[in-house]
Amino acid sequence: MRDIFARRKSDDESTDRSDETRADGGVARAGREKPGVVGRTRRALDRRFGEDFVESAPFWFPAFLLMALFVYGAILWNLVISLTDYEGFGLAGPDYSNLDFEMYVRAFNDSNVINASINTFVLVIGFTLTTLVVGLLLALLVDRGIRFENTFRTIYLLPMSLSFVVTAQFWLWMYNYDNGVVNIVLGTIGLGPIDWLGNQSIVLWAVIFALTWQFSGYAMVVYLAGLRAIPDDNYEAAMVDGASTVKMYWRVIIPQLKGATISASVVLMVFALKAFDFLYALVSGYRPPAGTDILATLMVREAYQNTNWAYGSTIAIILFVMALLIIGPYLIYQFRRDNL
Amino acid sequence: MTKPDLKDDSNDERSKGTADGGRLPRLRKRFDYHRLGLYAVLLGIVAFYLAPIEAGLVTSLKTRTGVIETLPMSPPIYGEFSTASWIAAFDTLSRGLLNSALYAVPATVISAFIGSVAAYGLTQANWKRRYKATFLALFVAGIFIPYQAVLVPVTRFWSNYAQIEGLLTPLWLLGVDRDYTDLVELMITSIAYGIPICTILFRSYYKNMNIEMIEAARLDGASLRRIYRRIVLPLSTPMFAVVLIYQFTQIWNDLLFALVLIQSTSSDAAPAVLILSGLGVSQEGMNFSLQMAGALITALPTIAVYVMFSEEFSEGLAT
Repeated sequence: MRDIFARRKSDDESTDRSDETRADGGVARAGREKPGVVGRTRRALDRRFGEDFVESAPFWFPAFLLMALFVYGAILWNLVISLTDYEGFGLAGPDYSNLDFEMYVRAFNDSNVINASINTFVLVIGFTLTTLVVGLLLALLVDRGIRFENTFRTIYLLPMSLSFVVTAQFWLWMYNYDNGVVNIVLGTIGLGPIDWLGNQSIVLWAVIFALTWQFSGYAMVVYLAGLRAIPDDNYEAAMVDGASTVKMYWRVIIPQLKGATISASVVLMVFALKAFDFLYALVSGYRPPAGTDILATLMVREAYQNTNWAYGSTIAIILFVMALLIIGPYLIYQFRRDNL
Repeated sequence: MTKPDLKDDSNDERSKGTADGGRLPRLRKRFDYHRLGLYAVLLGIVAFYLAPIEAGLVTSLKTRTGVIETLPMSPPIYGEFSTASWIAAFDTLSRGLLNSALYAVPATVISAFIGSVAAYGLTQANWKRRYKATFLALFVAGIFIPYQAVLVPVTRFWSNYAQIEGLLTPLWLLGVDRDYTDLVELMITSIAYGIPICTILFRSYYKNMNIEMIEAARLDGASLRRIYRRIVLPLSTPMFAVVLIYQFTQIWNDLLFALVLIQSTSSDAAPAVLILSGLGVSQEGMNFSLQMAGALITALPTIAVYVMFSEEFSEGLAT
């Protein structure tokens, strides 16, 4: 989501100016409006939030309302459910009169939750780092003025257009013990066969590898956009200084990709938190291969298989807090850089 | 060994033909080795990225014995070639493909349109910075929320509070199966959760748009709605392509909401990814040929959209 908010300078200036001349604008507007409660409320709202707040409301408000209800309303509701003891089938629903933190105590003492948290952490960090490195290398290779650049780029990005469910099927076959491509390729150099999805200590890395295959093209696209934004004379200056190619990239080019790295990592981390679809499809069920249980899969299993709704909601809140720890600093960073 | 030599010879000939003289051919030769290495690496990476898809494709065209006895990436040999898996997979998935299209297409169009209108409203309003920033932060955070955090409420909402089955009575009278209530719920859910990303994508486009024309129209007294219909909407076509393509692949590919809202793969309204997630698994073990055929069939629409519009797709990702 690079430069989502990279606004032009003039945009900023016009906003600032509108703040200063707000009073004038208010008067001019008041002349057009009928006096009365509606007009006064409208003027008050405009003065509070800024010019055109009310007139533009019909455009953004429906979207805002839908999002506020479905995203933020639902999260609040989820928080309340996590404080109940709601479980089991039936239409009775949660008992909202008796709220406590019992489920959180249970979660923090549950070895499954602790395990899943560790796996989630490993998956998020391992996947994000490998994908960033692979994506950066791809971008550097593609950016060297090659022929058929579009074709190469299209192929590297192709897995990104596939569903997690589809890629899970492909990699299930790639990792097959007897006939999978991975073991056969390793066999030609005298390694293996390895039980990729059955061995608890490596299965998470096998999953990370597959996800890297799927998403490194995304990191490449973001880095390419970053590389293209670097002025040519930076390369030339480094070359004139006699820096080697490797040194030039390491000292001059890569440090300028900080913004691209930050946006790409946020998106990738959140993708990893959501890796549920992939793990579900690997086994066609709620229980992923032993050693890959992450909070996302544990939450869905507790809620939809074991019907422990309140407990599932609790795990969902833990997952949500983890996501906030990633998104929050990112939003502050964007705000500080005047991009929000 | 022979290949690079050949290439060098041809290059020497070419450079001899030019009037550049002695120094250049040597430089060019080194340069070409670099280039050759670069293209070799790039092609190797192509092989890596295509390997799982290629292995899936050849496996889907083999008989069951062919799958076990031949190498996973080698094409089917005579006698072990079979389209049975494709036919079987298509039989199972055709209902799902139709259902996926039935909800993914409207959901894509509606969320893109809502996103465009909302982004326009946000761009037009000269709000104070802190309110606008808070507002936008809510939208951006809405993109990144793990859907697990809203799953239980969304299920409760549709099962207990918003029972839309009655509202859709005309459909049932037309003979549509009542399972399709779930599909309508899935569509509305997809629209709601697609709004943040659509809005942000359109906003990034609108704020770089030439605003002089809009300001002139406003001075002439045109209403915001008129400006949107006459100026902004026609200019948004390229961004609509980006958003529609991105959003379509997202909705088509998503499993989580389908899983909890549709509940069963045997439902008449089950989308393709849901059916695929349980395909080829039976008590006799896995039928990989069938699984691969199913995976490719499910992926075909998104691959087709992607190959046709890869530029727009990567633009959607990079912004």
